[in-house]
Amino acid sequence: MQNILEQYQSVSEDSVSTWFRVGEVSDFPENSGACIKYKTKQIAVYNFTRTSKWYATQNLCPHKMEMVLSLGMIGDKDDIPKVACPMHKKNFSLEDGSNLAGEDLKIATYPVKIEDGNVYIGFAD
Amino acid sequence: MKKVIVIGNGMVGYKFCEKFVAQESSKDFKITIFGEEPRPAYDRVHLSEFFDNQDAKALEMAPRSWYEEQGIELITNERITDIHRSSKKITTAKDVNYKYDYLVLATGSVPFVPNIKGIEKKGVFVYRTIEDLEAMLAYAEAIQKGRTGTVKAAVLGGGLLGLEAAKAVMDMGLEPHVVEFAPKLMPRQLDRRSSNVLQEKIESIGINVHLSKATNKILGDDAITGMEFGEYDKIDVEMLVISAGIRPRDELGKTCDLEMGTRGGIVVNNKMQTSDPEIYAIGEVALYNNMIYGLVAPGYDMAEVAVNQILGNADITMAEDIDMSTKLKLIGVDVASYGEPFMPVEKGYSIVFENKTKNLYKRINVSHDGKKLLGGILVGDASDYNMLHQIYLNGLPIPEDAEELIVGARGEGEGGFGSVMDIPDAAQVCSCESVTKGDICSSITEGECNNLGDVIAKTKATTGCGGCKPMVVDLVNESLKSLGKEVKETICEHFDFNRQELYDLIKINKVKDYQGALNLFGEGHGCEICKPLIASIFASITMETPNRQVGIQDTNDRFLANIQRNGTYSVVPRIAGGEITPDKLIVIGQVAKKYDLYTKVTGGQRIDLFGAQLHQLPLIWKELIDAGFESGHAYGKSLRTVKSCVGSTWCRYGMHESVTFAIDIENRYRGLRSPHKLKGGVSGCIRECAEARGKDFGLIAVEGGWNLYVCGNGGATPKHAVLFAEQLDDATAIKYLDRFLMFYIRTAGPLVRTAPWLDKLEGGIEYLKQVVIEDSLGIAEELELEMQGLVNKYECEWKQAIENPEMMKRFKHFVNSDDTDDNLVFVPMRDQKMPKAWN
Repeated sequence: MQNILEQYQSVSEDSVSTWFRVGEVSDFPENSGACIKYKTKQIAVYNFTRTSKWYATQNLCPHKMEMVLSLGMIGDKDDIPKVACPMHKKNFSLEDGSNLAGEDLKIATYPVKIEDGNVYIGFAD
Repeated sequence: MKKVIVIGNGMVGYKFCEKFVAQESSKDFKITIFGEEPRPAYDRVHLSEFFDNQDAKALEMAPRSWYEEQGIELITNERITDIHRSSKKITTAKDVNYKYDYLVLATGSVPFVPNIKGIEKKGVFVYRTIEDLEAMLAYAEAIQKGRTGTVKAAVLGGGLLGLEAAKAVMDMGLEPHVVEFAPKLMPRQLDRRSSNVLQEKIESIGINVHLSKATNKILGDDAITGMEFGEYDKIDVEMLVISAGIRPRDELGKTCDLEMGTRGGIVVNNKMQTSDPEIYAIGEVALYNNMIYGLVAPGYDMAEVAVNQILGNADITMAEDIDMSTKLKLIGVDVASYGEPFMPVEKGYSIVFENKTKNLYKRINVSHDGKKLLGGILVGDASDYNMLHQIYLNGLPIPEDAEELIVGARGEGEGGFGSVMDIPDAAQVCSCESVTKGDICSSITEGECNNLGDVIAKTKATTGCGGCKPMVVDLVNESLKSLGKEVKETICEHFDFNRQELYDLIKINKVKDYQGALNLFGEGHGCEICKPLIASIFASITMETPNRQVGIQDTNDRFLANIQRNGTYSVVPRIAGGEITPDKLIVIGQVAKKYDLYTKVTGGQRIDLFGAQLHQLPLIWKELIDAGFESGHAYGKSLRTVKSCVGSTWCRYGMHESVTFAIDIENRYRGLRSPHKLKGGVSGCIRECAEARGKDFGLIAVEGGWNLYVCGNGGATPKHAVLFAEQLDDATAIKYLDRFLMFYIRTAGPLVRTAPWLDKLEGGIEYLKQVVIEDSLGIAEELELEMQGLVNKYECEWKQAIENPEMMKRFKHFVNSDDTDDNLVFVPMRDQKMPKAWN
C-alpha cells in the first residue's frame, strides 16, 4: 500500500518537465472534480469557475488509501480552496495539499495550465 | 541554553511540553522528551475509540511535526535506564548519555497485575497502550475464527477502565464478563445503590457482571480456559483483560535514591520537586500528599506547576486539595461523581432519587445546616453535572429546599440552580485545561472571540475530556447575548442563514440554481455543508433531480448510488412495500450475477447490490429499468422505504391491507427530498410486524381505520413514534401525512430527522397536531398543494440519466482514458466477494 502513496510527490511550476494534455475545458465539470490518468498515476482535477482557477492533486485519499478525492465536493474554508474527501470528509487545501484540520495527512499537488481551451497538468516525470 | 529532559511522552509529558513552550521565557531552554512507545503521545483517556476507527493518528495529542516546529527533540522507542544525579546525566537502554539541567519524570504508571496463579497464560492481557489493544484484537480474532457460538472473555476489575475494557471486548464480538473483588462497580466513585443501577443498565446491553469475586486461579494448560473463584465457583472464559488498578512506574526513582512512598510513587512537594530539587515528577508517578492521582486533570495541573517552577515563577504551586470529580459516558451510560460521593453521617445528610424504570440515580450530599453542597453521584443522566460540580467547587448558595437540585423546583419557573452566569468568574469550568468562567466570558466581551470555535481555539477549553462542553456552549451563548449579539445557527461560513431562512429566501426570490443563491445570499465558493443542503432545498421546492445541478450534490447523489468502503458503489432498486414478483426477483439475480455484485437483503425490505464500478452503473440500471425497476433513492436524503407486513390479504390476524397501503404511500412520496432520510411503515394489526413505530411515520391498522404515529426512528438514538391521530380512513391518513411531511421539510434544520425535530419544536406534539390537524396556522391547504405539486413532478432520475448522453458523461472513472480504476481489490467471502480490508 505504501508505494501507491509514494508515487505522489508535489510538483512545483518550476520543476515541471512535462505538460501533459488531459482534455478540453468542456470535458471537466464546473465547480467540481474529475479524475485523469497519467502513466500509473490517478490525478484529480478541480475547476473553480467563479475565479476561473484550476487545481490538481493526487486522487488517492491518504487517510484510507482510496481513489476518491475527485469525487469529493469542492469549496473553500477561510478563503483557502479545498476538497472534502467523500469517505470521511477530511478537508485538504488545494493550494498546498495540507489537511485543514491540522492533521498529519497531506496530498500532493500539481500545477494546471489552460491554453487554447485545453487543460494541461505539469509533471516532473 | 539550559537543557530540560522529560522522561515519558504520555499525556502529561506532552502537556508539560505544550505549556512550557507557550511561555515567553522558555526561549532560553531546550527540551528533549523520551517516549518508550513507538508513537508520539496519544490520548489514553479515549483509547476505546481506537476500536471504532482503528485510527491511531486520530488519538495523537500532536503530530511529530508539532514537536519539530516547537524546537522540541522527540525521541520515541527509547527507554531510560539510569539517572546519574551527581553528574546530571541520564543513560538510555542503548547506552547513550544525555546531560540535563532539569529533569522531569513523567513516566506514568503500569497496570497492576495481581499475583494470581496462572496469570502468565496465553490470552491474558492488560489494557493500557495501543499495542495492548492490537494484541487483544489479534487474539480475539484468532479464538473466534471458524466458531459459530459466542466466545466468552472476562475483564478483571470493575472500575472505570475495566468497564471501558469490557466495552472494547464486546466490540470485538466476545461476550464480556466483568469480575470485581468489591461488592460494587466503580467502588471509588459509586455507592451500592448507584452501582446496582449501573449494573442493571450495562447488563441490559450484554455486559455480565460478577461482584464480590476473588480470583484464586487462572485455568487452562497453555492458554486460559477459565477463572476459578472458589472450589465450585468458576467461569469459562478464553480471554482475560486485567484492569485492576495502576502502579506508578517509579523504578528510575529507586535506582537513583530519590525519596519514595512506602507503597511506591516518587515523593514530591507542592512545587512538584522530588527530594532532588533539580528533578521533578508529575502525573501518575508522583506521590503528592501521600496519594497517586490517576486522573488526567491533576496530571495537567502538575505539569503546569513544574513548568512555572522551572521557568522561575516560584509562587505557582499545587493546590492542597485536589478535585477528583469525574464525569464520563461509559458504554453509553452517563456516570458522574463529585466532591464527597459517600457521606459520613456526622458531616451532613444525603438526598437520593432513584427511578429504576429509567435506570436513573441521583444523590446529593448536603451539609447539616443545609447551606453547602458537599458532593454527589449521578448515574443515567449527568446533564446537571457541570452545574452541580460548580456549585460544589465554589460553595455557591443552594436552594432552601436542597432536593430541588435533583428533582427540580416544583411548579412554575426554573430548576434549582439558576443561570450558568451566576457562577463566579474564578470558577474553573474546564479542569483539564484549567480554564475559568472568566477566561471564557472575557474572551468574548473583550472582543477577541466571536463564537464557540474562536473560544475553543484561544482557551483550549473542552479539548481534554470534553465533559465541560455543554457549559462552555452556554457561557459563550450567554456572553454573546449580553453584548446584544444574536446567537444563530447559521449553516456554514458561506451563508449567514439557517436552513429555514434559506428555504424561504430561495423560494420567494425564485432563485434558479446554487450559484445564484451564492451570488444573492452567500460568499466564497461554498463547501460540502452548504452545497448538498441547498441541493436538497431546490429538490424540496421544485422536485428537481440531482441530474440538474450535479456539482453541488453529495457524492452519493452525484452518482445516484451509495459509495462504499473501497470507492465502488451499491445499487438499490425500489421494491415498494417490499412486494416483488418472482420474475423481477430473477432479473435482480441475473444482473447481480452478470456484474459479479455482492447481494444482500436490506433492513428496508429490498435488495442491495454491492461492488459496482462507476462505469457499470448506467449499464446495470439500463437492464433494471428495462425490466420495470426504478431508482430506490437509497443514496439520497429522501424517502427510502415504507416497510409493510403482509396484512389482511394473507395474515389471519390482519385488520386491513397493509401491503397495498404501504405501496401506495411509498409510490406517493418516492423521490421526495427532505432534510434527512425518511422511512415509513404500515402494519396490518397491533402486533406491529412492520415496526412502523420505529419510523418517521407509521400506520397501524385498528378497528375502524389506521392509527397514525409520527417522529420515530431506529439508529443511534432509537425513538418510538408518537401517536398522532386515531382511526383514520385512507384519504385522511394521506392528507395528514402530506401536511406533516411538508411542514417538516420546510422547518427542520439540516440533517435533522423527524424525532429530534419534534424534540426541539416549541409546543411539541400538541403544537404539531394543531398545525396539521386543526390548521392553526392556516397553511394546511398550501402544504397539501405543495406536496401534490411535488408528487406530480416525480420522475425516475436514473431513467433520466441513462437517456441523456450529456448526463452520462460523469459515469466514467477517467476523463482522458477508458481504463477503469486499477486500485480495486476484492477478496472472497462466503461464496461472494468483499473489498480488501483497509491498509
